[in-house]
Amino acid sequence: MMKQASVPFWRDERVLAWIAQIVFLVVTVAFLWYLYHNMITALAERGLLPSFHFLKLTAGFDISQHLIPYDRSSTYGRAFIVGTLNTIEVSILGIIFATILGIIIGVMRLSTNWLINKLASLYIEIIRNVPLLVLLVFWYTGVFLQLPRLKEAKFLPGPTIVSNRGIAMPWGKPTSTWHIYLYILLVGFILAAIVWWRLTLIGKRTGRMPLVSLWSTLTFLGVAALGWIGLVIFAHQAPLAPDLPKIQGLSTVGGLELSPEFLALLSGLVFYTAAFIAEVVRAGIQSVSKGQVEAARALGLNGFQTFRLVVFPQALRVIVPPLTSQYLNLAKNSSLAVFIGFPDLYSVAGTIHNQTGRAVEVTVLMMSIYLSFSLITSAFMNWYNKKIRFVER
Amino acid sequence: MMNREPKQYDTGEVLPPPTERYTVLGWLHKNLFSTWYYTILTLVTLYVLYIVVKPTLNWAFTQAQWQVVVVNLRLFMVGQYPADQVFRVWIALHLLAFTAGMAWGIFFPRARRIGAAILLIPLLFAALPFISNFSRVNWVLFDVFALLGWGLAIWRPQAMRRPLLVLILAYFPILILLIYGIKPILRIVKTNLWGGLMLTLLLAVVGIVISFPIGILLALGRRSELPIVKLFSVLYIEIIRGVPLVTVLFMAELMLPLFLPPQIKIDNVIRAMAGIIIFEAAYMAENVRGGLQAIPKGQYEAAWALGLNGFQTTFYIILPQALRNVIPVLVNQFISLFKDTTLVAIVGLLDLLGIASTVLAQPEFIGRQREVYLFIALIYWVFSYAMSYASRRLEVALGVGER
Amino acid sequence: MKRTLYLLGILLIVGVLLAACGSSAGQNGAQAVKTVIVTVQAKGGNTPSGFGTTLKAVKERGHLICGVNSELPGFGYVDQQGNYKGFDVDFCHAVAAAIFGDPNKVEFRPLTAKERFTALQTGEIDVLIRNTTWTLTRDTELGANFAATTFYDGQGIMVRKDSGIKKLEDLQGAKICVATGTTTELNLADQMAAHGIKYTPVVFEKADQVYGAYDEGRCDAVTSDKSQLVSRRTTLKNPKDHVILDITLSKEPLGPVVRQGDDQWFDIINWVVFATFTGEELGINSKNVDKIKATTQNPNVKKFLGLEGEMGQKLGLSDDWAYNIIKYVGNYAEIYNRNLGPGTPFDLPRGLNNSWINGGLLYAPPIR
Repeated sequence: MMKQASVPFWRDERVLAWIAQIVFLVVTVAFLWYLYHNMITALAERGLLPSFHFLKLTAGFDISQHLIPYDRSSTYGRAFIVGTLNTIEVSILGIIFATILGIIIGVMRLSTNWLINKLASLYIEIIRNVPLLVLLVFWYTGVFLQLPRLKEAKFLPGPTIVSNRGIAMPWGKPTSTWHIYLYILLVGFILAAIVWWRLTLIGKRTGRMPLVSLWSTLTFLGVAALGWIGLVIFAHQAPLAPDLPKIQGLSTVGGLELSPEFLALLSGLVFYTAAFIAEVVRAGIQSVSKGQVEAARALGLNGFQTFRLVVFPQALRVIVPPLTSQYLNLAKNSSLAVFIGFPDLYSVAGTIHNQTGRAVEVTVLMMSIYLSFSLITSAFMNWYNKKIRFVER
Repeated sequence: MMNREPKQYDTGEVLPPPTERYTVLGWLHKNLFSTWYYTILTLVTLYVLYIVVKPTLNWAFTQAQWQVVVVNLRLFMVGQYPADQVFRVWIALHLLAFTAGMAWGIFFPRARRIGAAILLIPLLFAALPFISNFSRVNWVLFDVFALLGWGLAIWRPQAMRRPLLVLILAYFPILILLIYGIKPILRIVKTNLWGGLMLTLLLAVVGIVISFPIGILLALGRRSELPIVKLFSVLYIEIIRGVPLVTVLFMAELMLPLFLPPQIKIDNVIRAMAGIIIFEAAYMAENVRGGLQAIPKGQYEAAWALGLNGFQTTFYIILPQALRNVIPVLVNQFISLFKDTTLVAIVGLLDLLGIASTVLAQPEFIGRQREVYLFIALIYWVFSYAMSYASRRLEVALGVGER
Repeated sequence: MKRTLYLLGILLIVGVLLAACGSSAGQNGAQAVKTVIVTVQAKGGNTPSGFGTTLKAVKERGHLICGVNSELPGFGYVDQQGNYKGFDVDFCHAVAAAIFGDPNKVEFRPLTAKERFTALQTGEIDVLIRNTTWTLTRDTELGANFAATTFYDGQGIMVRKDSGIKKLEDLQGAKICVATGTTTELNLADQMAAHGIKYTPVVFEKADQVYGAYDEGRCDAVTSDKSQLVSRRTTLKNPKDHVILDITLSKEPLGPVVRQGDDQWFDIINWVVFATFTGEELGINSKNVDKIKATTQNPNVKKFLGLEGEMGQKLGLSDDWAYNIIKYVGNYAEIYNRNLGPGTPFDLPRGLNNSWINGGLLYAPPIR
């Protein structure tokens, strides 16, 4: 390396490396340009040069489920947003439920009760080896469409109306005091944060960590309950009025209505992903060596403390990275909704492509939305991963 | 290694490890009813099982009409592949049986009982009452070829290693030629006639085999020190991994024809294959990268110390070890791809799931959704489970992680 | 530091691969430029879209590629032997018979509603015969040309008898099953908005799913072309429990579609359809066509069957083109009855799809 100057430049590795890179770059760019050129030529022939102008046109079709107001006279752009929000909704709910179910099954898998243990493994082995799409079709046609007709609908306590039109359950309707209550909730949240902060400080100072999450949650709930009672007493109006579903004509009215498509998609995603999360959880817990548990017990920690303070934090470090990819898979898998008629992003994008013929713009938009989901989720989980790794010291 | 005092153990009587022996009641008590909450759990679980299983079995054996599956069996298996050409699929299967038999003989020479059990499955198929005699003969032939391969491997294990490797490497091109055809010898069967389980498997095989070299290049690119190459690899991998497969298929179906020069026309099976390859290459790259990262730095240093250049180091020292490590992961990738090929039904191909909806449109079989979907779910399950079982065995046989 | 060397090796491989693509790219680009310079009048060269190019390509290939539906009973579906059957499929056979004298020289491409126009535009198929509605937008923006209508349809609504729904207004608050990517979806939204009726669409990709969901009671109503409703009604669990309302939401003329730009091909497809009409008008069917050909003295029949006038050659076909259609596939009445008529589970009345002689809309221009 000392005699670098004497090496002729055509044998200098650094120069060669740069030449190679430049060649690579030129070839790649040329190739991409060639593809682009073909595309533009083909599109120009059909008079469909790329432009996002169509997003401002009237969509003309209806979407069954929308979190924001939408009807046939809304624009294609708004339809895109409706689809995106539906995807986000089902992904977030799916992630929450799949995590809960996955942890339960993962723990069942470690149970010493033979029946429960075998049942959990059977569940995992069956679900993991069947395509999600087949599962979704099963949930949709085999379960939710087999529920009784609306006329013979089942009334569960609540009342919750169960029929093959979906499930309608009681829900709250905001009243005139709702916005005041929101402020009270904000106060509660701030108080809870202060409790969290103080208790953590105390924990660090004394070396005895109190149950931080429990106390701060209790604080929040306490404020919320007090606020509710206060509003009822002083304003004579609860912030939420009960909104009960009932059958009226051809559909249910009032309450929270969940369509069979939504329920089938959610169940399919949850039950499928839970099988994978269960394995992740099991591997995580098993990765904590037995000596750790024994040492903790020897120190006088009880079973719960052992799990909370020794096993869980260590297992979490093993669990989080594969869990992240399961979350991402779930969000991406929600695109299979189209097969059972739930209007998610992919489904709505498909309809828009169909009505406008704008394949390129629709594909680009759709892919970038999914990509940003993935990037945001993995950024968040990486942050979380770093945070819990910090505890490792 | 431990050959210092073996005699003692060889001659001495080996006692079995102490086992806890139970009576049936003892076993039940220990595993199901040891505490009060276990008892409750067990009873509740048993009740739930009863509620779920009873109507299911009742339906499957008394109410279900399996005629739809029996009549359309050929559609489910090979789709619209011409009936007079189906023998080509059989030849491909026989060759596979021969290769698998050989591999079994070389890698698991002692696992005879499991091998025999596997051989029973085709015989079981041959005994099914509703299949044609042609299929019957072929299922028996399938076993004969498997046994032939196994026998050869047992007879000359060392000499057969190389032919086996050649066979494995040549199998893919032979398979494609057999199914697609070669002009003068075998009639060309266009891809639009491919369907059913055959298409599902072909999509998975093509996806894995072709994305393999691309994945290796991308993995090496991602680990490279050249910024532009690295950037390109990282971008490709992360973008593809960030989007669902179905959107890549959507792109392949709608945009690929636009990208290609006007003279080139590809049909939708090829387009779906392209989409799958584009998608799988990114995952393949990450799997291979995992294998590369597991190689200790000492291996590089040792190779350089021996005077090997970079190319030799990569292709003779690093990649073989890395690839050996990733084989089980690749089998898992193949399994998930096998399941993911169902998504081509969304873009309109007649794979196993796609053919199911076509069958359900036959006037005499409307409303037979449960039978059909259960049947294909069973096929998917049997294949994926068998493959994941095999992959676990393979992991043990290759001794991955045992160093 | 030596690591860069092996990377160089890999780069070279990549480079060579890409360069190979790149160089062929350059050549193709150059060619494209040349063609544009030489043949100025040919608008682009994306698809064989100039006059006569499609027929030439089809003849060279030795068979026709026809885009069809694979899951619409009566119109296009796959039977147990794996063969395509149905009303639309028979018209594909008719085109093949006209060109090759052999109705089986067809390759079928099953297409979803979504991908059909892309397949046509990119030249993946020669003709699209897949219950496609003729609309102004499709005729212009999508670069398609609609040949003579083979089936006059209208969008209808099917409901359960016991639901008591009689008119559109009864559907207030209803769930309605509909297939995506169709004009049906848009018509429904338009009509409901026009009548101020609130409803929830339940949208599926495939017809099979739409009717499956309806049959399970997911929806109060299902909307589609009336012919489809009739054919699908027979396949519901209890067909008698369902009734098709006497409402027509829209006109739905369905027929074959070709790419814009090849007028000869457009003519061929048009006249194949007209030949099946003419066969019915003249009373010629697949059973009596040989006898009539041997004995006829009627000049119109003679022209039709290729005995005089060299009609086929004007289309670029052989003179017995129409004879082949009638002989191998049949006239319109035969095609209709075979797939949708009294002998089938559908038993669909001819209605508008009767020959003008019997008060329908089928009216073939004279072959002379």
